[in-house]
Amino acid sequence: MIEVKDLHKSFSGEEVLKGLNFVFERGKTNLIIGQSGSGKSVFLKNMLGIFTPEKGIIEYDGKPYSEFTDEERRELRKEIGMVFQGGALFDSMTVKENVMFPLKMFTKMKKSEMEERVKIVLERVNLVGADDKMPSEISGGMQKRVSIARAIVNRPKYLFCDEPNSGLDPTTATVIDNLIQEITHEFDITTIIITHDMNSVLEIGEKIAFLKDGVLAWTGTKDEIFRTEDKTVTDFVYSSDLFKKVRDAQLKGY
Amino acid sequence: MTYLHSIGEYFLMLKGVFGRMTKRSVLKDLIFKEIDELIIGSLGIVCFLSFFIGAVVAIQTALNLNNPLIPKSLVAFAARQSVILEFSPTFISIIMAGKVGSFITSSIGSMRVTEQIDALEVMGINSKNYLIFPKIIAMLTYPFVIAISMFLGILGAYVAAVLGGFVKPDAFITGLQDDFVTFHLVYAFIKTFLFSFILATVPAYHGYYMKGGALEVGQASTTAFVWTSVVLIITNYATTQLLLS
Ligand SMILES: Nc1ncnc2c1ncn2[C@@H]1O[C@H](COP(=O)(O)OP(=O)(O)OP(=O)(O)O)[C@@H](O)[C@H]1O
Ligand SMILES: [Mg+2]
Repeated sequence: MIEVKDLHKSFSGEEVLKGLNFVFERGKTNLIIGQSGSGKSVFLKNMLGIFTPEKGIIEYDGKPYSEFTDEERRELRKEIGMVFQGGALFDSMTVKENVMFPLKMFTKMKKSEMEERVKIVLERVNLVGADDKMPSEISGGMQKRVSIARAIVNRPKYLFCDEPNSGLDPTTATVIDNLIQEITHEFDITTIIITHDMNSVLEIGEKIAFLKDGVLAWTGTKDEIFRTEDKTVTDFVYSSDLFKKVRDAQLKGY
Repeated sequence: MTYLHSIGEYFLMLKGVFGRMTKRSVLKDLIFKEIDELIIGSLGIVCFLSFFIGAVVAIQTALNLNNPLIPKSLVAFAARQSVILEFSPTFISIIMAGKVGSFITSSIGSMRVTEQIDALEVMGINSKNYLIFPKIIAMLTYPFVIAISMFLGILGAYVAAVLGGFVKPDAFITGLQDDFVTFHLVYAFIKTFLFSFILATVPAYHGYYMKGGALEVGQASTTAFVWTSVVLIITNYATTQLLLS
């Protein structure tokens, strides 16, 4: 569980986050949605400790991050899996080396055990036969999947994904969504997903935070977002006509 | 003010580099990779330049020695002094600032803009140590490159002087041994050692703290080359003043 209390962050005087409060629950897929530039990535990077908030508290399982010692912070970070918006694969390493990297750095596994684990994880993200390719030699969608594999290979307690399925075709996107949800349940992970994808919202939105103008304009679940009458939310979520029609039909009970 | 800020930031970076160490087995692999990329990869151009500049120094000296009272062996003496004192340590280091330096800046810089450095930090890895420390260690072998450069520079001088018919082989060898001051070699290698540290860290600084995208990576490399050269030249001046005068 990660609890955020009154989080503020600004860049050169411009306030991007204006006091956020939210609880990201363990064993659930927690979604952050919002327009491009609304500060979703900044929000996530504050939780990761890449940015330091001006004000506010971030608690990991009940303990404020600011009270962690350096050693505890390092230990915490080993338990975090992160999928960056751009993938952030190490471009000097092959696909296999990228995925193996956290194991090599933080575990005492034998080479054969690592190979085995990497193989399983790459299969789970539907990526077979690209082991020895360099990141520059595979497509953007494949890079995304390698990045997910790298984030989950060491069985993290917290999983952060910045748009894990942008740039993927609908089939693969669904596979990835379901995979993230599965492992979240399976290993009781606190998972936070930033997404633009309404399919994901309606599919795996167990808990949703809608970020707008630096505040959380709406929070709820996928069932609630489906029924809500809140105009700011419906304007964003149902900006696509098709979704609007589906929703209207559903609500009328067809 | 911004210069002071950068200098402060540079030393903070160094503190981070020598801070918490990366896992030893991983570090070892990284160091070998850097030696391969930074040192082995530069040998070709260094050998080529050294040989031919040594040759040119010999020809120029020979052509300017018209006084019959001055022995021709002076060509060897002049070549030895200029190669050992300045040409190999300083001139080659400026070339390396262009080759190795911009490679370091652009590789670290592109890791910065594609969030790879953030990815390391998120995992709890000391990215300064992981990225920069192996480069500093790899550059400790740089004095060997300079030793090779000195040897080839003098060899180039010998070949040019003898083939050009300016000096007889035994006269050249005699000239080479004239007034040899061992401390000159010590001086040359002390400054080479300092240069190797500068060549690894100044470009790394420019890459590590860069902001922006792919375009800025290119700009950072250029800036890094300029600053590395400036720092090299100032250090050269300071060590020469301190050690030789
Ligand atoms: N390192 C930074 N320095 C200065 N400003 C920043 C920085 N990172 C983000 N910002 C600013 O914060 C705001 C929010 O950016 P952020 O990347 O969080 O958007 P986002 O919601 O993730 O958008 P997208 O959906 O397009 O990824 C933007 O106005 C951006 O300019
Ligand atoms: Mg973003």
